[in-house]
Amino acid sequence: MREPFLWVEYRVASKLEYLGECCLVITVGEALIRCLEKEGVELVFGYPGGAILPVYDALYNAKKIKHVLVRHEQGAVHAANGYARATGRVGVCFATSGPGATNLVSGIATAYMDSIPVVLFTGQVPTSQVGTDAFQEVDITGITMPITKHNFLVKEPATVPAVVKKAFYLARSGRPGPVLIDLPRDVSSAVIRFSYPEKVELKGYKPTYRGHPTQIAQAAKLIAKANRPVILAGGGVVSSGATPELVKLAETIAAPVACTLMGLGGFPGDHPFFLGMAGLHGTRYANLAITNADLLIGLGVRFADRVTGSPARFAPHAQIIHVDIDPAEIGKNVKPYLPIVGDVKQVLEALLPQVVKREGGEWLETIAGYKRDFPLTYNREEGFKPQYVIERLSSLTGGESIVVTDVGQHQMWVAQYYCFKYPRTLVTSGGLGCMGYGLPAAIGVKLGRPEKQVLLVSGDGSFQMMMPELGTLVEQGLDVKIFILNNRRLGMVRQLQEFYCDKRYSAVDFGFCPDFAALAGVYGIAGYTVETAAQFDGVVEDALAREGPVLVNCLIDPGENVLPMVLAGRGLDEAVS
Amino acid sequence: MRHTLAVLVENNPGVLARVAGLFRRRGFNIESLTVGETEDPAVSRMTIVVEGDDRVLEQVTKQLRKLIEVLKVQDITKEEHVDRELVLVKVNAEPARRAEIIQIVEIFRAHIVDIGRKTLIVEVTGDEGKVRALVNALEPFGIRELVRTGKVAMLRGTKDIATNSKEAE
Repeated sequence: MREPFLWVEYRVASKLEYLGECCLVITVGEALIRCLEKEGVELVFGYPGGAILPVYDALYNAKKIKHVLVRHEQGAVHAANGYARATGRVGVCFATSGPGATNLVSGIATAYMDSIPVVLFTGQVPTSQVGTDAFQEVDITGITMPITKHNFLVKEPATVPAVVKKAFYLARSGRPGPVLIDLPRDVSSAVIRFSYPEKVELKGYKPTYRGHPTQIAQAAKLIAKANRPVILAGGGVVSSGATPELVKLAETIAAPVACTLMGLGGFPGDHPFFLGMAGLHGTRYANLAITNADLLIGLGVRFADRVTGSPARFAPHAQIIHVDIDPAEIGKNVKPYLPIVGDVKQVLEALLPQVVKREGGEWLETIAGYKRDFPLTYNREEGFKPQYVIERLSSLTGGESIVVTDVGQHQMWVAQYYCFKYPRTLVTSGGLGCMGYGLPAAIGVKLGRPEKQVLLVSGDGSFQMMMPELGTLVEQGLDVKIFILNNRRLGMVRQLQEFYCDKRYSAVDFGFCPDFAALAGVYGIAGYTVETAAQFDGVVEDALAREGPVLVNCLIDPGENVLPMVLAGRGLDEAVS
Repeated sequence: MRHTLAVLVENNPGVLARVAGLFRRRGFNIESLTVGETEDPAVSRMTIVVEGDDRVLEQVTKQLRKLIEVLKVQDITKEEHVDRELVLVKVNAEPARRAEIIQIVEIFRAHIVDIGRKTLIVEVTGDEGKVRALVNALEPFGIRELVRTGKVAMLRGTKDIATNSKEAE
């Protein structure tokens, strides 16, 4: 058991600096910091512990990297996720072995489901102890295999720079996603000759960015023949930065555009062709447009169950063109008429010159009719409605803010009633639907985009899941405006029980809910509680205008449901509203 | 329908767990899986026999290709190929009945690789039909143990499972 002495060796080793021009001999921990600097990383979210000490020790001297100490590792990975979404860069996260690593799991799955580039470093027990059920040992590479794009358990210290290079390349290229590197403590304290590779070699990984020319030409033909085209834009539009090309396509072919939750912001919400969100809680007119379309162009979407409703009844009259960078998404949920594997932006760039201008004519009139006959609306007469809060926030901020949400009813109201004008202005957990995402993600967003106003819209359930991150928020001095749509219950589950369980409300009411405004006060955050629309109007402008973080606890009408709603097994055109 | 997939993977620790985990997680059924090093020590080759319709197979191959350490996936079911399996069968063999067993073994061009006081171990290599026929023939003597390697397969002629292109369908 020579393990305690490793630390001493490591200390001595770190004194070895330059031995020559191209021969830098340093510890793996120090090498790791240099790798991060080479990758342009400025911000790391993390939580230290025993097995990752050598990395944190190297961080002590790092001048170009800021470390944000969170209150729970899940907060670190969500913050890295929020940072990545808001900036388009790779989020980075440190955690120790065992519980540190397992606390990351929900956050890793969140990033995986939404294809967010995050690189995570976890400490591990020394290689001699791996497999012995040592203190704080857990098989994190085994656990995260199905929820990472790839992961590495590094046993050979000299390979660390190459592994880090690969991890960043994998995380940000192709279909982005989380990549985890597990570093046993003897590996991170070992001494290596450092050099950072210029190139990545991955024989089995060659993402396709350019669509097949024949298929693109065929797409142009299908578009020219179509009478009722609709575009469905997903998260791929946002991550590939294809918004200008999408707008141009829609305007050239006069096609209305619906977005998935992940696609919101990818097409300007104030554009006359915008149909809002499609799917289970989508607008009636988006869903009717899809149902009656004769051509559906899916861009960077995976036709998730939340979007399609019953797949058998999805877009029954349409030929479907499916553009996605991940070949495994083609034909997984919906059988396309024409698949195009490639990066949405590059495919659209190739497609646009071949597309013939179309006039909207009758189809756009039909769409206008849907919008007129089936508007997105709520009862404005009675009670303090959550939709009103979102509408007010949307008009007061003019769509210029970045809005972060948690998961539940409030998330759907934001998706329906906030007008997102730009990509990367909605930050939300789509695929996994991970409650607790909002507050830490907002921290990452604000750190990544300090010049933007950042709003967090949460619910009383979600907020309580990651509430301790208020400490991180205040410590970092982050100006985030928090709005809690508080109905004193788990509203979305309650709504499901109302529709599917004959109103047998099981475990959805909080017997106790803290006074969130008072709680904000404990953290030194300005807190307000409002119970009526008039009270809300009285404080909202001040809350948005004042410097520093604010928490507005909105005691909304607890009976309000998210509508429209497509019930399980139904087609998109059969929504309850 | 049963499909035989030839899969080339990087010879790294954990790659088998990734492939096996993928089949479990996506609900695909593996009938047999064999793995071993190839002519290139950095590359291992798997032969996977999987049950499913065309839609399932399309997903299986696409999901396999998505794994970073998978270099090449090819469904060789419909191609001209040779497939073999090696099976060891320990069969009851009182001295009085040995001649009969030896005769069966010779007919199938199998081998006897061990003789115990009351048992014989028969080694047979062949395709599925031959193995099944031999096992059926030995059944009446009483099979004590049976172990099989799972199928290995290779394309006939000059066609190879090349490592160079992962995306080609």
